[in-house]
Amino acid sequence: MLRVENVKVPFDGTYVLNECDFEVGEGEIVVLLGSSGCGKSTLLRTVAGLENPESGKIWWGTQEMTEVPPHKRGFGLMFQNHALFPHRNVGENIDFGLQILRMTGIERQERVDELLSMVDLDGFQNRKIGSLSGGEAQRVALARSLAPKPRLLMLDEPMASLDRALRDRLLADISELLRELKQAAIYVTHDHDEAFFIADRIAVMHNGKIEQIGTPSEVWSNPSSEESARSMGHENFIELDDSGRCEIGQLGSSSGIVLIREDGLSIVPEETGIKGEVISAVFRSGITLVKIRVGKIELSTSIQGSMKVSEIVNLKISDSAVVALS
Amino acid sequence: MNPQKRFVWAFLFFLPVLFVGVFFYWPLLKIFSHALDGERINEFWSYLSSKPFRQIAWFTIWQAFLSTFCTMMLALPAAYLVARFSFPGKKLFQALTTIPFVLPTVVAAGAFMALFQRFGLDQGMFRLHHTVWALLLAHIFFNLAIVVRTVGSFWAGLDPRVEEQAKILGAAPWHIFRKITLPRLVPALAAAASVVFVFCLTSFGIVLLLGGPTRATIETEIWRQAVWRGDISVASVLAVIQLGAVMVMVLIMNFLQKRQAVVESKVELNPERASRKLLVGNILLLGILVGLPIVILVERAIGVGDGYSFQNFSAMADRISLVPLSSLAALKNSLLFAVVAAVLAALLGGVASFFVVHGNRWLSNFLDFGMMLPLGVSAVVLGFGMLISLDTPPLDLRSSWILVPIAHALLGIPFVMRTVIPTLRRIDPSLRESASLLGASPSKVTKYIDFPIAFRALGVGAAFAFAISIGEFGATSFLPRSPDRLTAPLVLFRLLGAPGEALRGQAMALAVTLMVITAATVILIEGSVFKRETIRSDF
Repeated sequence: MLRVENVKVPFDGTYVLNECDFEVGEGEIVVLLGSSGCGKSTLLRTVAGLENPESGKIWWGTQEMTEVPPHKRGFGLMFQNHALFPHRNVGENIDFGLQILRMTGIERQERVDELLSMVDLDGFQNRKIGSLSGGEAQRVALARSLAPKPRLLMLDEPMASLDRALRDRLLADISELLRELKQAAIYVTHDHDEAFFIADRIAVMHNGKIEQIGTPSEVWSNPSSEESARSMGHENFIELDDSGRCEIGQLGSSSGIVLIREDGLSIVPEETGIKGEVISAVFRSGITLVKIRVGKIELSTSIQGSMKVSEIVNLKISDSAVVALS
Repeated sequence: MNPQKRFVWAFLFFLPVLFVGVFFYWPLLKIFSHALDGERINEFWSYLSSKPFRQIAWFTIWQAFLSTFCTMMLALPAAYLVARFSFPGKKLFQALTTIPFVLPTVVAAGAFMALFQRFGLDQGMFRLHHTVWALLLAHIFFNLAIVVRTVGSFWAGLDPRVEEQAKILGAAPWHIFRKITLPRLVPALAAAASVVFVFCLTSFGIVLLLGGPTRATIETEIWRQAVWRGDISVASVLAVIQLGAVMVMVLIMNFLQKRQAVVESKVELNPERASRKLLVGNILLLGILVGLPIVILVERAIGVGDGYSFQNFSAMADRISLVPLSSLAALKNSLLFAVVAAVLAALLGGVASFFVVHGNRWLSNFLDFGMMLPLGVSAVVLGFGMLISLDTPPLDLRSSWILVPIAHALLGIPFVMRTVIPTLRRIDPSLRESASLLGASPSKVTKYIDFPIAFRALGVGAAFAFAISIGEFGATSFLPRSPDRLTAPLVLFRLLGAPGEALRGQAMALAVTLMVITAATVILIEGSVFKRETIRSDF
């Protein structure tokens, strides 16, 4: 449905967006994942029509949207700071888009009630914006963006201002709601866990470009570049010499950087030839995150049970978990 | 944007531009062309070197210097008190300091005339009325509070630990003040002094009523030449000189205000309680200089013979032979003009503010400067310019009452813009973008987001414009041609100038009424500003 073609947005002599290309299908949730400053918010603003691309095109189906002003695109955008209107109460905030659509009073009231119960805020209609907690404000912002039934909903780091416990709960709620409504959506975040949780597909962004796009398991198992792998939370990067060797052994056929995914890195009782020293062990909810040093290389993985620092362990690396990066 | 919408936006933009263009810049141009016309250019130079002009110019400057110097000297202790100490009623004291700012000059002059009469200072050996001392006192009365307010808040921002350090090193208090505090206060003092200086330079009603017929400043001389003698050329020459002087002062003020922006690292220390000596001294000083004239004014207004009654107030409905209309009728005129002026100022100032904030940079600077300039020109020059320029069709407005509210709106627009622009700038861009993504067109964004959020600020600006209009005297004294359109300050001026006890009583009643209206407006404004602050803090 949404198609972004070769979009370039200049800023200060360089490009914040440099030939960005991607699509969002019907009812699909695409996550733009990347570190801050990679251009993901600019891409969102460009799709919304708040930034003008220097070149490239934006399509909705067969309709070109590049020149269409933001208020005529039929896209919704939820800002990181929620941007609730301070001079209107909760109900009036949600009602804003309906008022613009010139719906009748009764229809509007019904829709506002419907949305309030959708986001579990029944009875909040007359509350002042200033009296809301962070989580409540976020739900109001979500209800407000959904009210005029946007063709595409964009969410710009919606969880950034919330604490962790609240974040997990709201993420589940949003994900469930968007799927129930079959709402096409673009979700921007720098947090890979959030991305894996909500995404149908993840587009990894770096330096104003989309590095890679695919389902969460595809991009996680086969990251195309070091940046892409880092933004997914991978840590074990190893530089190989010209013959494709390193201190652990032969991991490739030529020089370059490889990733050892932690799912392919295990600690085994038998002798494997790869011995390492545990240099840190942090317990976290049932598993232990360990760092193991092999020569000059440091590898991270998680294990069941506990482990002591400076213990010597045997490592096993499965070939399928070694990914060559560009 | 389609052509029709483009036209609407362009129309809105040109509305305020056209307004100031026709009613301010065109009259200004007319003054210049009268003063510097080819044939008269020699007269211009010869007038400048004539003795009467040199006397007027000299008096204008030295009274302004002396007034400024005295005000600054008297304001320093009170500024110190406000900056460094806490005392009961501090909030109230600070709120009251706004009132002289909008108190009509004619009312202040009336208050001092009442004071002089009460204590027998209007004649005999200790005569103050119609002396330069009366003028000086009234100028101090007007400006003291403003200086205390601005210098006081700057002083409060200075780090007191610097003085404490000097004290520990063994410096004497006077030495600390002279060597440590005073040098750091210089930017604020200079800025405040230049504001006071411009006020005294352009002071009109006070000089006219308290200075007496023999003491002319450039400002009163423009009026005398234009209204009494009908000599437009000389009045124009004086107006050009006055314009030049004020512009130079405004440039100096701008320069000083930029320097004032350097603020030391601010520390929140619990201010000490003020010593009784400091507190009583200040209260006595301010009480006598600012409070006493007002108290006596009220006392004179309700004083009839040996007793007190509201007879003077009920007599306001009666017409008196010397003045073409009753005080009450004049008050009605003033209220009507003030409402029209406030509405005009809010409308045009609001639209201009929007373009200053959301227009491109060129447009924004152009409007910002162009609309603020009427504030930098003395009211007398403004009124004089309108008198001589708007007399030919299609703009023959000299006999129309609308000219008065138009002049007042010109003076009110800068206040509206100064309150609305910061509010519009504070609106988070994401609010407007959100509205736009919810389907609101640019005009709907303005209607549903900008307007409701800036509404209170617009109201505050309009209230300022209203208060200014109610008391405006300088520009108005040139304008109404028809006697039944006189405003309350004009009637008050005539009543104060006329002899007779009955008239004096009524003048006092009218002055008190004007004072109450302006003070009530200011209290309303202060209350509203206070309310807005609380809303912002819980958001």
